[in-house]
Amino acid sequence: MSAPDPIGKEPTGLDLTGLTAGPSQVWGGVRLVPLLRAEPVTDLRLHQQVYGDVPGVVELGPRDHYLSYIPHGFVADWTGDGSPVAAYGTQLATDRPNGMPLHFHRRMARREGRNRLRFLPLHLALEGYLALHFGGPSVVWEQWSQQAVRRGLSPRVEEAFCGAAVQGLADALRVFEIHPSQCGVLLYVADTLTAAFAVPHPADYRALHPSLVQDLYGELVHHGATLMMPLPDFRARISDSEVHSLADLRAAAGREEREWTGFHDATMADGLLDAACTWQRIHRMGRFTLSRFLPPFRPKQESHIGEAITDQAGRVVYLKTFRLSEAQVRRGHLLDRLAAHDWHLADTAAELAITEAQLGLRLESSGFGFLLRQDILDGYRERSGRRGVS
Amino acid sequence: METLRELVAAEDVLLFVNAAITATGQREFHTGAREQQLSLDFLHAYMLGNYRDLYAAALALDINDHNAALIIHGLLASGGDATAGQRRSEGQLIARRLAVLPPQRVYRLFRALRKAGVNNRRTRAVIRDWIAARPDLAFDAVKYRGGLKDALRHAHLQPAADELGTFLFSGRLPARFATPILETWRRAHYEQAAVYELPYTVAEGFAARRGVARADFLERIAPRLTRLEQLRLQESGRSEGADSVRAALGRMPLTRLATYVLALPPSDRVARRAELTSALRTAARRAAGAQQGSWGRVAAVLDDSYSASGSGQKRRRPLAVALACHYLLQALAAEYTPLWTSGSDDALLSRPFGATPLGRRIIDALDIAPDRILIVSDGWDNAPPGLAAEVLRIWRTRLDPDRRTSIVHLNPVYDAEDFDVRRLSPTVPTAGVRDAEDLPALVELAAFADGRTGLPELTRHLEARTAQFTGRPT
Repeated sequence: MSAPDPIGKEPTGLDLTGLTAGPSQVWGGVRLVPLLRAEPVTDLRLHQQVYGDVPGVVELGPRDHYLSYIPHGFVADWTGDGSPVAAYGTQLATDRPNGMPLHFHRRMARREGRNRLRFLPLHLALEGYLALHFGGPSVVWEQWSQQAVRRGLSPRVEEAFCGAAVQGLADALRVFEIHPSQCGVLLYVADTLTAAFAVPHPADYRALHPSLVQDLYGELVHHGATLMMPLPDFRARISDSEVHSLADLRAAAGREEREWTGFHDATMADGLLDAACTWQRIHRMGRFTLSRFLPPFRPKQESHIGEAITDQAGRVVYLKTFRLSEAQVRRGHLLDRLAAHDWHLADTAAELAITEAQLGLRLESSGFGFLLRQDILDGYRERSGRRGVS
Repeated sequence: METLRELVAAEDVLLFVNAAITATGQREFHTGAREQQLSLDFLHAYMLGNYRDLYAAALALDINDHNAALIIHGLLASGGDATAGQRRSEGQLIARRLAVLPPQRVYRLFRALRKAGVNNRRTRAVIRDWIAARPDLAFDAVKYRGGLKDALRHAHLQPAADELGTFLFSGRLPARFATPILETWRRAHYEQAAVYELPYTVAEGFAARRGVARADFLERIAPRLTRLEQLRLQESGRSEGADSVRAALGRMPLTRLATYVLALPPSDRVARRAELTSALRTAARRAAGAQQGSWGRVAAVLDDSYSASGSGQKRRRPLAVALACHYLLQALAAEYTPLWTSGSDDALLSRPFGATPLGRRIIDALDIAPDRILIVSDGWDNAPPGLAAEVLRIWRTRLDPDRRTSIVHLNPVYDAEDFDVRRLSPTVPTAGVRDAEDLPALVELAAFADGRTGLPELTRHLEARTAQFTGRPT
């Protein structure tokens, strides 16, 4: 895989200023929380480019390829001067581009015109995760295998579920009532946040809402949707004692709505909003920046990878996230720790407070066994086995 | 515990009536057709087993044709369980209901009875009497050929006229029929002009076989169209270029008209605003009848959220009911305020879009301090969820315990999971609604759902309706 694009690293959280959480809608085990935007962004618009149900090959660099199911790509149009832009399909102008690359994608984010960028949603974010320390050991310690030294982590494989395969998700999206000013949605399955999606303009959202069913979702969504019982609604409660007139009732109703928004942001979405992420800039487009972010990879904590378009003030205009499963977080964590210690096994093991042999076996169970020399790995197995017997 | 038993019975009956008014076994916005049918079948079996008298009496109410046919099927299939007295009153109700059902529904019911193997003496007598009462059996033989054939076969009947037997059962056509419509049908096989003297549904088949262009066909068959066929074909006829298919909108039933209006693109609705509005108002005034202007100050909360778009089988049905209620209430009320959930104030241009902030709209309605509030909604209150229930509860318990304002919730959608229409709050009665024209009767029925009237009153009400329906003195 290619080396990441120019990196502007600053660990910060997401700035969702301008987006307010609306009342949630529940269908079975799926809860959808709309994100409402009082003032839509008009100088950046998104639309969808459908590629169909065939696997797509993405060319990342001269010799790197990437194979995946890619149902659609997004195309962003913007104006440099802040004047409104029309989304593809709604514009009246005649100079529509004809013939965009289908199925064979040249790079994940590619400029299609002076003010137009085509990118593959979520694949940007996933590539960021897959390419994490993809080069392999930076120092050739004796434990690492020839393959690890020569080819790094390649081939690196992760699995995700298509939204259509997640039980109940398609129905939940179908019966969801889109709010007039809605610009995004937070998807909860079994009341854990599993995906976030935000766009600049309500019209874009209405057009892209059905695309959610074609997106990639982590293991957790599939588990939650299959195993969970139907969720209860957070029903409004107004206490009798505080209401003496119709005006009181109206005020209480307003308070109820604000309380929900506060509760949601502070309790339900804090895993996404409060995490300090590492950002990588991918493309600049006028006053907007397309970047991807990686979480700090702490085991047993909610971790979202994602991509976002932010404006000059850092406010999120476009957002799409993917919830990593616990196993994926552990893999990221292991690689991160190894890289921090220049791939020295003993040092890393010391930091994690385990023995070198245990670390070796942990690497193997995470699917990275091929990185270690076979004889070393056998040695680790023997050592831990002997200890297990005694 | 006689009283508890009665309370349960009254609840069950009201629940069944709500279901029988709204459910059609078709796909709804939230549930599929299979779930709807399963749920409805259970309800029918439950009612038939537990409350046979009340189940039969439901035929006298404004339930929909689908459920009427299901009830008749259920009663005829289980005649053995009934007493002689029950069978007599059931027979009267069935005969009366069959007389008002559209003939295609009745033929479908007879076919269902045949398929289910229900062929007792009573069933045969019911079929015999209904067929004997048909005004023009030869016309039925042409238009509902298969249905009539199956019914005659099933009931072992000899057609009154000899020619009918030949027409239905003989493999070879005679050289000439004496009955005019049968002769027209025979000639239509060879002569194009004869096709246009047949009923539309029959002529359509002949035209397709001859490869007649759709526009020409519609243009020439236009005078033979029934009222609802005209309404249904007007738009497709116009797009084909057959302008003579014209429905007299002023004569159409209110809810049908509302469905027609909602199917038009917004630009057409704007261009034909005067025509459509006056047609809707005329239909509403006709439906209101003598009660026009007698309802005092009325506020209506009307649901035009996305879920009002119904399903592929019931396109925009909930919204059409709300729109029809809007015009009907305008005619009924002395002073009327409509409140759409989307906040729109142009009823003619309404479209199903957005969430359902019912709670806020109900507060807006209460603000006007009207005599009556009507809520027309599918009951999926989601912005925020449950606010409508809280508002109604607090209004009833704290702000208006004397019930100065009457509030009724009308729901056009059957909820398969709860075997009932979805309720907003236990403090406010909910009634199912199919056609807006029944609104005054439904508001009366909803009073029973208030929980203040028990089984004796309900039974009396049903008896009165039954007597009125069958034309028998109480």
